[in-house]
Amino acid sequence: MHAKDIAELLNEPACTHNKKEKSGCARPKPGATAGGCSFDGAQIALLPIADVAHIVHGPIACAGSSWDNRGTRSSGPTLYRIGMTTDLTEQDVIMGRGEKRLFHAIKQAVDSYAPKAVFIYNTCVPALTGDDISAVCQAAAEKCGVPVVPVDCAGFYGTKNLGNRIAGEAMFKYVVGTAEPFPVPESAQRPGITVHDVNLIGEYNIAGEFWNVLPLFDKLGLRILCTLSGDARFHDVQTMHRAEANMVVCAKALLNVARKLQTDYKTPYFEGSFYGVTDTSMAFREFAKLLNDPALTERTEALIAREEAKINAALEPWRERLRGKRVLLYTGGVKSWSIVSALQDLGMEVVATGTNKSTEEDKARIREIMGDKTKMITDGSPKALLGAVKEYQADILIAGGRNMYTALKARIPFLDINQEREFGYEGYSGMIELARQLALTIQSPVWESVRKPAPWAKTSVPGIALGA
Amino acid sequence: MAEILKRNKALAVNPLKASQPVGASLAFLGINKAIPMMHGSQGCTAFGKVFFVRHFREPIPLQTTAMDQVSTVMSADENVIEGLRAVCEKSKPALIGLPTTGLSETQGTDIKRLVKDFYTAHPEFAHIPVVPVNTPDFTGCLESGYALAVKAVLKTLLPEKTNNVSKRKKQVNVLAGSFLTPGDVEHIKELIEAFGLRPLVLPDIDDSLDGHLSEMESSPLTVGGTPVSDIASMGESIATLVLGNSLFEAADFLKAQTGVPDFRFDSLMGLDAVDAFVAALAEISGKPVPEKIERQRAQLQDAMVDSHFMLGFARIAIAADPDLLYGLSRMVSEMGCEVVAAVSPARAHILQEVAVAQVGIGDLEDLEIVAKRNGAQLVISNSHAVETARRLGVPLLRAGFPQYDLIGGYQRLWVGYRGTRQVFFDLANMIVEHGHHEPEPYVSIYAQRTGENHATPALGTTH
Repeated sequence: MHAKDIAELLNEPACTHNKKEKSGCARPKPGATAGGCSFDGAQIALLPIADVAHIVHGPIACAGSSWDNRGTRSSGPTLYRIGMTTDLTEQDVIMGRGEKRLFHAIKQAVDSYAPKAVFIYNTCVPALTGDDISAVCQAAAEKCGVPVVPVDCAGFYGTKNLGNRIAGEAMFKYVVGTAEPFPVPESAQRPGITVHDVNLIGEYNIAGEFWNVLPLFDKLGLRILCTLSGDARFHDVQTMHRAEANMVVCAKALLNVARKLQTDYKTPYFEGSFYGVTDTSMAFREFAKLLNDPALTERTEALIAREEAKINAALEPWRERLRGKRVLLYTGGVKSWSIVSALQDLGMEVVATGTNKSTEEDKARIREIMGDKTKMITDGSPKALLGAVKEYQADILIAGGRNMYTALKARIPFLDINQEREFGYEGYSGMIELARQLALTIQSPVWESVRKPAPWAKTSVPGIALGA
Repeated sequence: MAEILKRNKALAVNPLKASQPVGASLAFLGINKAIPMMHGSQGCTAFGKVFFVRHFREPIPLQTTAMDQVSTVMSADENVIEGLRAVCEKSKPALIGLPTTGLSETQGTDIKRLVKDFYTAHPEFAHIPVVPVNTPDFTGCLESGYALAVKAVLKTLLPEKTNNVSKRKKQVNVLAGSFLTPGDVEHIKELIEAFGLRPLVLPDIDDSLDGHLSEMESSPLTVGGTPVSDIASMGESIATLVLGNSLFEAADFLKAQTGVPDFRFDSLMGLDAVDAFVAALAEISGKPVPEKIERQRAQLQDAMVDSHFMLGFARIAIAADPDLLYGLSRMVSEMGCEVVAAVSPARAHILQEVAVAQVGIGDLEDLEIVAKRNGAQLVISNSHAVETARRLGVPLLRAGFPQYDLIGGYQRLWVGYRGTRQVFFDLANMIVEHGHHEPEPYVSIYAQRTGENHATPALGTTH
C-alpha cells in the first residue's frame, strides 16, 4: 500500500477526532508500545463473515498466533473458523515464490471448501518483498470463478484502528454494490408493516450477543441487510448499498464505510450502541427517526415501553446488589460512553474511564453523561491502572482481556469487555447477563480468601505495590 | 524409523504451528526479571502476548521495536537501539531477550551488531545483558525458536571457556525443553532434590509462570525464573541434564564452553524414559534411588497393568512440536497403543524416532485426514484441535501450545512416573467414555414382547 493511501485512510472526515492530531500519525515508540497492528485490525473487522475463506498471506506468526481466537458467532456456516495461511517458508521469501504460492493456495481453498468468496490478508513479509496481491487475486478470481478480495493490511502500515479502516475500504471498493438484496419473502410480510432495509456497521456478534437484539428488529419490521460483520454472509455485504439507514455500532472502527455509503448512496447514518437499556431504546428511536415512517415510530415506542418495563422489573434484584458500586472502566474498541450508560442503568458509579481509544466526540459524550469531574485515564499501563483503582477506591476494573491478569494478580474484581469474552451483553436481555457477571465477580467470596494473610504470618500484608 | 512426509500443499489449513519468535520469547520468560522485545512490527508482539496470556492466564511482559512503514523501508536500526534504551531506562531489567521476526529478517537486520552499537551509544547500560537471536517465522516452529534462544542466552552469559567443573559440588544444570510445562519443571526439580542435588534450571518457567499470587501486584518484567547470576555459574556444576532433543545443540555449546559432563534425554514420559533419568540422577549423586521414587515407579507399573485393557490397540492421533510428539508417541506405545497419525509443524532430527510409520510435516487438516483414514480413537494436540476432534467424533487430550480453553492446562504434569501414570489414567478413561464396542441391540423377528414401545428396526435394516 502506498504511503499516500495510508495517509488518506488516516484522514477520516466523519470523525471529529480528525480535526485534532491524528492518532494514527503518531509513530509507535520502540520499547514502549502496546496494541495490535493493521493486520490484526483488518482481520478482526472481517473474519466474522462466515461463508468466506479467510487466507492470511505470510509466514506463520500472523495466523499461527491469531486464528481461532474470536468470540464471534455464526448462525450457519463455520468456514470462517477454519484457519488458513500460506505459511511462507524461507525458500518462498528468498526465491520470490510468494505470489505463486498464494495463487495455488486460493485454488486449494476454493477446491476444498467451496467458499462464497476468498479474502486475502496481506502481511508484513510479502508487503516488503513486494508481492502484487491485487494482481494475484484478480487472476485467481478469473481462474476459480469466485470473488477474491485483496485486503492489503501489513502490520507495519500502522495500528489496529488503521487496519479496521483498511478492511472497510476493501469492502467498499470490492464488495459493496456488487449484488442486489433478495425480495422480502411473502411469508415474512405482515399487514400494516412496511419493511425497511437497514445495515449495522461494526456489530460483531460477540458470544452471540446480537441475537439478543435481532428479534426486536424483526418485530419492528426492520430487515437487516448486513451487519458488518457479525454473523454476516458475503452476499449481505454485497447488498449494503440498498439500505435506507445505517447504524454505526463501533464508531471509530468502520466509520469510513458509513460515510462512503452516505456520500455515494445518500444513506443516512447514526452512531449508537446496544449496551444498556437507555442506549438500546435510543438506537431504535434513531432508526425510526431516520426512516421517517409514522407507523414504525408508533411500533417502536410501544416496543420500547414494553421491553423497558419488562427488563426494569427483571433488573430490580440485581440493582439492589450493584447499586453504588464504584467502577473503573478501561475499554478498548467498545466505546466507553456506551458502557457507562449501561452501568448507570444498573445504578453503578463510574469513577474513572480510559479514553485512549476514544474520539473527541466520545469524550464529549462521556462528559455529558458523567459530568465534568469525571477522571479520564490515558495511561493504560498495569501500574497506572492499579494506581487508579486504589486512588478512586473502585470495586471493580472493567477492561479488555489483556488487563485481566493485571487485576487478578492485584486481587481486584474484573470484567472482560473485549472481543475474546465469553458472554454477550447487548440489548435489553443482555443487561441481565451483564449484571450477573458483575455481581459474580464483585461479590465473590474468593476476594476475602486471597486477601487474608496465612494464620501463621506475622506482618505480611498481601497487595504491596511494586516499585520497579 | 519413521518416514518423514514433506509438506505438499500451498495452503496451510488449521495451522498447528506457532512461530519461532514466540518460542524464543517463551525461553526468555523463564529468566528472572527479564523481558523479551521482538524486533518487528507491533503486531508480532501483540499476538504473541495474547497467545501466552490466554495459555498461562498470567500477565506476560513482552515489548516490541515497533517497526512502522518508514523504518521498514528506510532502516529499523534506530528502533532497536531506542527500544533497548527505553526498556533499560524504564524497567531496569536483569536481561533483555531480542528475537527477530520475519519482518526484520526479510529487511536484513544485523541484530548482533545492533546490540554492540547499543552498548557503544549507551555505556551506562553495559551491565544489562541483551541476548540477540535470529528467529524468523518463515523457518522452524515454537520449539526451534525456544532452542535457539536458550543457546543464545548461554552464548551471551558464558562468553569465555572455563575450567571450574564441580566447584559447586551439588549443583546440577538442567536445560529444560519447550515440551515441559511449569508443572513438569516443578516435578523435575523435586526429583533432583530428592537425590540431595541442587537443580539450576534454564529456563525455569516453573518459577515464573506457575501461576501463584504473590505480594507483588504488578511488574513490567518476569517475576521469578532462572536468576541471571546463576547462569554464569553453570560452568561450576557437576553435571548437565539436557531435556529434549531440540536442546542438544545448546548443550553442545555449554559442554564445549565449560567441560561440564552432560546426560541427554529425548523425553521424560513413559517408564523407560523416566528410568533412564532416575538412573542418571543416582549415578551423578552417588546415592541410591530414594524409597519415595521407587514407590512412584511401582505405582506407575500398577497403573499400566490396570489400564492396559482400555489402552491396548487404542488408535491414537498426535499433532505436536517434534520433542513432544516423540515423547507422547513413545509413552503411549509402552501401553500397546498404536499411533495411527502423527503430524509435526516443522522438521527436526528426532522425528525419525517417533513411534509411528510416517510423520507428516503439516497442519491439523493433515492430521484430520490421516486420523480419519486410519480410524483414530483419540487425538492428542493443542486447543486448536477441538474442532478436529469434534469432526472426527473422538475425544481430545490437550497437550502443547496453546491451551486457551482449559483451566490449568499449562500446569499439568506429564513427566516422571507420576505424570505418566496420570496420563495413562486419563487416556484410559477417555477411551472408555467414548468407546462403543458392544453390538447394537437386536430383537429377534420371533420375539413377542408386547408392551415394549422401543422402536425396533424392521427386518433387513439392521445397522
